[in-house]
Amino acid sequence: MSRSITNRRSLLKGSAAAGVALATPTIFTSQVWAAGYTNEPKGGSVTLGFNVPQTGAYADEGADELRAYQLAVEHINAGGGGMLETFSSKALKGGGINGKKVEYVTGDTQTKSDAARASAKRMVEKDGAIMITGGSSSGVAVAVQDYCQTAGIIFMAGLTHANDTTGKDCRANGFRHFFNTEMSGAALAPVLKNQFGSERVAYHLTADYNWGWSQEGSIQKYSEQLGWKTQAAVRTPLGAGDFSQYITPVLNSGADVLVLNHYGRDMVNSLTQAVQFGLRDKQVNGKDFGIVVPLYSRLMAQGAGENVKGIYGSTNWHWSLQDEGSKAFVKAFGEKYGFPPSQAAHTTYCQAILYADACQRAGTFMPTGVGEALKDFDFDGLGNGPTTYRGHDNQCFKDVLVVKGKENPSSKFDVLEVVEVTPRKQVEYGTDLLGCNKGSINNGAA
Amino acid sequence: MDAILLQILNGLDKGGAYALIALGLTIIFGTLGVVNFAHGALFMLGAFCAVALKSLLQVSFVTESATQKDFLGNPLKIETPYIEHWFGDFGSFLIEYSVPAAILMAIPVMLLIGVTMERGLIRFFYKRPHAEQILVTFGLAIVLGEVVKKFFGANPIPQSAPELARGMVDFGVMLGFDPGAVPYPTWRLVYFLFSLAVIGSVFAFLQFTTFGMVVRAGMADRETVGLLGIDIDRRFTIVFGIAAVVAGLAGVMYTPIQPPDYHWGMDFLVLSFVVVVVGGMGSLGGAVSAGFLLGILQSFASMNEVKSLLPGIDQIIIYLIAVIILLVRPRGLMGRKGVMES
Amino acid sequence: MTASKTTSSSDLILLACFAAAVMAGPVILAPFGAGYPDLLQKFAIFGIFAIGFNILFGLTGYLSFGHAAFLGAGSYTAVWTFKLFSMNPIPAIIMATAFGGVFALVIGFISLRRSGIYFSILTLAFAQMSYNLAYSVLTPITNGETGLQLVQTDPRWLDTTVFGRDYGSTLPSSDLFGITMTGYSGFYFCAVMLIICFYISMRIFRSPFGLMLRAVKTNQNRLNYTGVNTRPYTLAAFVISGMYAGLAGGLMAVTDPLAGAERMQWTASGEVVLMTILGGTGTLLGPVIGAGAIKYFENIFSAYNDTTLMNIFSFLPEGLQTGVVNILGLFVGDGWHLTLGALFMLIVIFLPGGLMEGVNRLVNWATARFKNKDDGAPTPEPAAS
Repeated sequence: MSRSITNRRSLLKGSAAAGVALATPTIFTSQVWAAGYTNEPKGGSVTLGFNVPQTGAYADEGADELRAYQLAVEHINAGGGGMLETFSSKALKGGGINGKKVEYVTGDTQTKSDAARASAKRMVEKDGAIMITGGSSSGVAVAVQDYCQTAGIIFMAGLTHANDTTGKDCRANGFRHFFNTEMSGAALAPVLKNQFGSERVAYHLTADYNWGWSQEGSIQKYSEQLGWKTQAAVRTPLGAGDFSQYITPVLNSGADVLVLNHYGRDMVNSLTQAVQFGLRDKQVNGKDFGIVVPLYSRLMAQGAGENVKGIYGSTNWHWSLQDEGSKAFVKAFGEKYGFPPSQAAHTTYCQAILYADACQRAGTFMPTGVGEALKDFDFDGLGNGPTTYRGHDNQCFKDVLVVKGKENPSSKFDVLEVVEVTPRKQVEYGTDLLGCNKGSINNGAA
Repeated sequence: MDAILLQILNGLDKGGAYALIALGLTIIFGTLGVVNFAHGALFMLGAFCAVALKSLLQVSFVTESATQKDFLGNPLKIETPYIEHWFGDFGSFLIEYSVPAAILMAIPVMLLIGVTMERGLIRFFYKRPHAEQILVTFGLAIVLGEVVKKFFGANPIPQSAPELARGMVDFGVMLGFDPGAVPYPTWRLVYFLFSLAVIGSVFAFLQFTTFGMVVRAGMADRETVGLLGIDIDRRFTIVFGIAAVVAGLAGVMYTPIQPPDYHWGMDFLVLSFVVVVVGGMGSLGGAVSAGFLLGILQSFASMNEVKSLLPGIDQIIIYLIAVIILLVRPRGLMGRKGVMES
Repeated sequence: MTASKTTSSSDLILLACFAAAVMAGPVILAPFGAGYPDLLQKFAIFGIFAIGFNILFGLTGYLSFGHAAFLGAGSYTAVWTFKLFSMNPIPAIIMATAFGGVFALVIGFISLRRSGIYFSILTLAFAQMSYNLAYSVLTPITNGETGLQLVQTDPRWLDTTVFGRDYGSTLPSSDLFGITMTGYSGFYFCAVMLIICFYISMRIFRSPFGLMLRAVKTNQNRLNYTGVNTRPYTLAAFVISGMYAGLAGGLMAVTDPLAGAERMQWTASGEVVLMTILGGTGTLLGPVIGAGAIKYFENIFSAYNDTTLMNIFSFLPEGLQTGVVNILGLFVGDGWHLTLGALFMLIVIFLPGGLMEGVNRLVNWATARFKNKDDGAPTPEPAAS
């Protein structure tokens, strides 16, 4: 045994040496390892990597993200348009970033960690991308963020809502503009109290994976502070399709609020079916039965059709907001594509702009420089009011929208109405709450 | 007690869908000996017949609103379906009933799709190994899904049941429970009855018609039937068409229960195979009974009492049953010996 | 088909050519846009996975739809080995291979009581159960949806206590006595494994054991009647292919220490079936080629977008350019699944023996043209039969 290992080892060493020799020409042309930091742009252009779901259940959301990125690239290269006009930082003056024209490559995350990482690696190793951004689930965000940390690339997360992204699994190279379940819970609680009172019994249906548990935990925490009781918290398999067997036990359980900790297709299905079983019009304990969907996505809510009417939830951004930034973004996006942008489009557009602006202010694309520029960066004019990129965990803190399904929609996009804009200070939390220890920013191969 | 009754009801309408998909799949196994990985896609295409009919009925002309504005601040475009404009209330009635009406559309469309599939592709694979049948039909399933995605997008598209069937039936009162203890959505009961009707028709067709007799004879011994001078191939083409129609109808009627999307084909594929195998390859009765059995067991496994005893059981129950049945009774509940064993 | 009696010298030539081609992969594949480390690693890893699968499916005809479970189990084992013992890849892949084998032994022992489609469904059921549980209830072991990752506070017992290594405050990556297993060195590590696996598979194909497995495929009943108990042979094949899958999973963790549950999903099992059939079932080289083709599609075709297409066709007149891009755009980017599905259909319809059959046909056609005159000489049986 030991002999065969030595043989193999010598073979390995020999072949590794042969490999290095063979790979020599590509090592220098690909620039991965020869630069001051990973993929330092040398020519007149800089490449960004847009990693979005193009196949699978979130393909439409991914398509909307890609539209937003293309719009952002146009605006960055032109030095104006859209929310660049309303953005508080005026560093970007056109002609790209740091005088380099912005180009981009795209990839398909398939909403799978492996595929998303493979796609991100392709953009970094083959296409020379300097930054990776996008995605539509927390599993993917955490996986890609972890890769970017080791590769020395900045990651600007797309739609990811689990606490872990900037909590337990945070990384110094990863930045999130989107909100999280903790903020959803904090923002929803006062509205739920107004709407449903403080003596309620909640029944949770929770998608059985990290994000679902995170969401369930946050809502339980804040609703129990209101005085609500939690009757049961039932885990449902991801992609269950038919949720009837989980919904019927709610009917006679004595609970009077149903919390659906589901996202995407699960949310569409469970909400549709909860309404089918008459829960929206039910009376329990002499009170109107309530349904809450903690994380709303307007794009996905369209799939539930009429069933969303009157259902409460939270969202990162909505196109009907009337501040100058939102109006400018909706106008630019709508004129280019013919329909209003989704919250996924908004957060990815912001991330692209924020990254470009940080590079411009730092005068470099080097991750440490960009990180320094984004650290505790205060800005405004991007649709969410005054916002801070907290340096401790690279999480944005901003107002959170509480919305509900609109009773009389005027078009198929007009699904949600904003009930309340929960001010930022109500959703802020301490730096030690989620246990982020992000380490230091990695510049990659020097 | 009411909880158990509710779970049985849940199992019945879930089982109805499983049974309908598995029925067509097992007919194709039994007659043609083909492993059809595109069968889930046929279910999905059926569902999109309903979506397509509704969007056809809602083809609209546009007028500009004088008062309301759209999201860009331009006058809001109000879409009025032609059919409502021309026929008034009758038009609205048609749109309201678009899901049941889609049955009429789905029958010829799915028959055509089925026959085209069999003539254009499947018949070249009768004598080929199962692995190649799987690969080619799997490829077809992907292509069909992607084509639907191109036209309808990836997001689910809501379909509603007619107003009449949108409410609840108080099922429990009939059985002596308190009022409101066992309510059940009307459309789900409709779905269950509908699945029984379709299953009954298929059985009657195979049992009581000459055509059905020949097909059953062909299932038992294809060569001898061929030697008798009967053109079994043409009949099998029609059988494939019928299997496609059954899957399609199951899809049409399922749309108000669960908003359809292009991924349905893959979602229901594995499940329907498990149902067929549990029931016994090529056994019609087996597919139906296994469909209902798995539906009901899945419902029970999801109850809190069961889950707290066996965490995660609802995640694996279907597969666990398949494993147990196959080990205890290798040919499934009602399968004949030696079918598809090699 | 009887096992073609190929001389061992032609086998050696095949092995040498294969090894040379694999080692030169970065140079050969660069013009196709595939010469970057991650994709090269994936080629090698999935090549191993498919070679192993082919030992079961290609030789015995048993179609397993659950092999992804062994791959996933291998990945989890490797990451846990990193976390608990050492960042050296050798213990990790040994543990991964061993665990893949043990897992396969258990599942194979039960599943092989049945044959045909019943066997397929049994393996599928086991794999789906593994996936569903890994995604949800088993999260303490698998870290569920997020995937199992390394953290700074991992004990790495062997590294710290025996070798006294301190990785400092950065997350370590796997390294073989100082050579990190990322980038090209990671690829060469996988490539060496691939060549070894290819060699073992070749020896199995040529051995009496391989002959017995082929006999199972040809007519199991006849074997049973002659008094041969085939179960030990099929089980051995199943376990060997499970070990290959475990090794592949381990290598995935070596090159990229993150293990996610979706590696065990039935679609992942289906992928290796497709790789094998696409390349050529029962051939030595086919599975490797099939694995390469599918991974190439997944990573390169999905990356094209309208802008890249516009650049490619910029030589065309403007109207024509837009037209061509609009049509091709349906098949790349978000339409790459469509291309993949269509490719499966075309291959099976026209080249039932997979891509290897296409290669053989080309070779035969070429040799027939060259050797038109000396009619007596039979065309040499291609080495990979």
